[in-house]
Amino acid sequence: MLQVVCIKQVPDTETRVKVAADGKSLDPMGVTLILNPYDEFAVEQALRVKEQLGAGEVVAISLGGAGVQTTLRTALATGADRAIHLKSDVSAPDALAVAKALADAIRPLEPGIVWLGKQAVDDDGAQVGPMLATLLDRPCVSVVAKFELTGHTAKVEREIEGGREVVEVPLPAVFTTDKGLNEPRYASLKGIMAAKKKPLEERAVDLGPAHLERVAFELPPARKAGRIVGEGSAAIPELLRVLREEAKVL
Amino acid sequence: MSILVFIEQRDGKVRSVAREALGEAKRLAASLGGPVTAVCCGASADGLASLGEAGAEKVLTATHEAFARYEGAGYAAAVAAAAKATGAKLVLFAASSIGKDLAPRVAAKLGVGLAADCTSLEAAGGKLVARRPVMAGKAFERVGFPSSPAMATLRPKVFAPSPPESGKSATVEALAFDWDASKPRAVVTGTTGASGGRPDLTESEIIVSGGRGLKGPENFSLVEQLADALGATVGASRAVVDAGWRPHGDQVGQTGKTVSPKLYVAVGISGAIQHLAGMSSSRCIVAINKDPDAPIFKVADYGVVGDLFEVVPALTEAIKKLH
Repeated sequence: MLQVVCIKQVPDTETRVKVAADGKSLDPMGVTLILNPYDEFAVEQALRVKEQLGAGEVVAISLGGAGVQTTLRTALATGADRAIHLKSDVSAPDALAVAKALADAIRPLEPGIVWLGKQAVDDDGAQVGPMLATLLDRPCVSVVAKFELTGHTAKVEREIEGGREVVEVPLPAVFTTDKGLNEPRYASLKGIMAAKKKPLEERAVDLGPAHLERVAFELPPARKAGRIVGEGSAAIPELLRVLREEAKVL
Repeated sequence: MSILVFIEQRDGKVRSVAREALGEAKRLAASLGGPVTAVCCGASADGLASLGEAGAEKVLTATHEAFARYEGAGYAAAVAAAAKATGAKLVLFAASSIGKDLAPRVAAKLGVGLAADCTSLEAAGGKLVARRPVMAGKAFERVGFPSSPAMATLRPKVFAPSPPESGKSATVEALAFDWDASKPRAVVTGTTGASGGRPDLTESEIIVSGGRGLKGPENFSLVEQLADALGATVGASRAVVDAGWRPHGDQVGQTGKTVSPKLYVAVGISGAIQHLAGMSSSRCIVAINKDPDAPIFKVADYGVVGDLFEVVPALTEAIKKLH
């Protein structure tokens, strides 16, 4: 079975945000780019399914500028068999534009499973997975926290408010992965060396007209300075007073 | 401007996040014009006329035996049909577990853009602009909609429901939609860990979160007892989730949940930047930490410097006495 993992390169979660001079984007100066943390669970689960089946191929796909090849090599080093780089220099493309480009690239591969992280930690959209599934006309479960494959049916659990939904899904299907689904492996030195020789295909894509237009990128409003109300349990009466009288939250 | 609102239900009951979305639709309709139509997917269409009290003029019901539980592809077919039937210029959903899964499917069907997890919608010169947090709240973007209808999911607990107009009922109509239930599909067969009274982190009024200062998972009972006294939900820092003390569903921050409760109490959390991103839009933040230089005190409205093992049990007792 061929599986596809869609991955994205994003700013590290330790990034301190500075707004670029255009007022519409993140200043890239000093920003470290990493594989989107939720995508690590997607890569890992694809590798586990391949191991379970004892055969198959895992194809990593990423859309973006030349820099995303570093992230694709990371997936190859971890165990993906080959990679496809959808080349586009559009900065922060909207989710539907991305989903359409991915769908066009993925359709001819006829994958048994398409994996994505539940969301990218930069735009926090959580949209591409369900959009892609809709465009591919495949069943989809988002925010998967548990996955079990028996034959051609997956039994999965998905996080919902206050609990989990248990879902049965016939393959082929699309899944988006949550933290906690698995414990992603690290790339071995051997894996890193092997990754350099694995196929990485480049394809230019035209994203077409945008479906959303970013008009501003800004910092959150600064919180007004707080204060230390006291030390130790002696501070509790004053804490309760301010919570009731000033903040009015109790 | 015709506005369509997806009404989320669980166990046959309308969820509060749906009333928030209806409230925002009604507010926007005051400047953009209406009507406001609600669309409900379910196994039956009982009791929905009362959505008139919450701001809907008309209710479209999509009923199917498979709709008793969430059915992503089926609901998407129904909502897309409702958007077309009403000529909607704006379609709203709650940014809940259902809304976040459903809205992108509908957007893909309609071929339009979707602004996810919005914290405000403004109509300026007839054009709609959505404001939404990115990077878990480290920054915000404002987006416009080049395609129509505009679509948005709304962050829970940010938008206010309309004051109920008692006795006002909506007209209820069955929605015609085309969906083939015999195609391969994802079927929800059950739920686990059913909500045991406490609301989800993203929908809580009060959250008490614990961090590494608790020294071990067994000490989380201190956080739980304080949460019980406050009627709060328990959260956690990434450090303690990664250490396996708490499930990932409890994590607040950039690789966990972004929350905006009325009151956020951080216990033994130093305040890593990815944690602060996820909770700094809370209305009031209280930090309890023994290190006066901990970054958490920079975002806290009120801080208590001290040993949490002394302060937290005493605070719990003091709060119990308030009631």
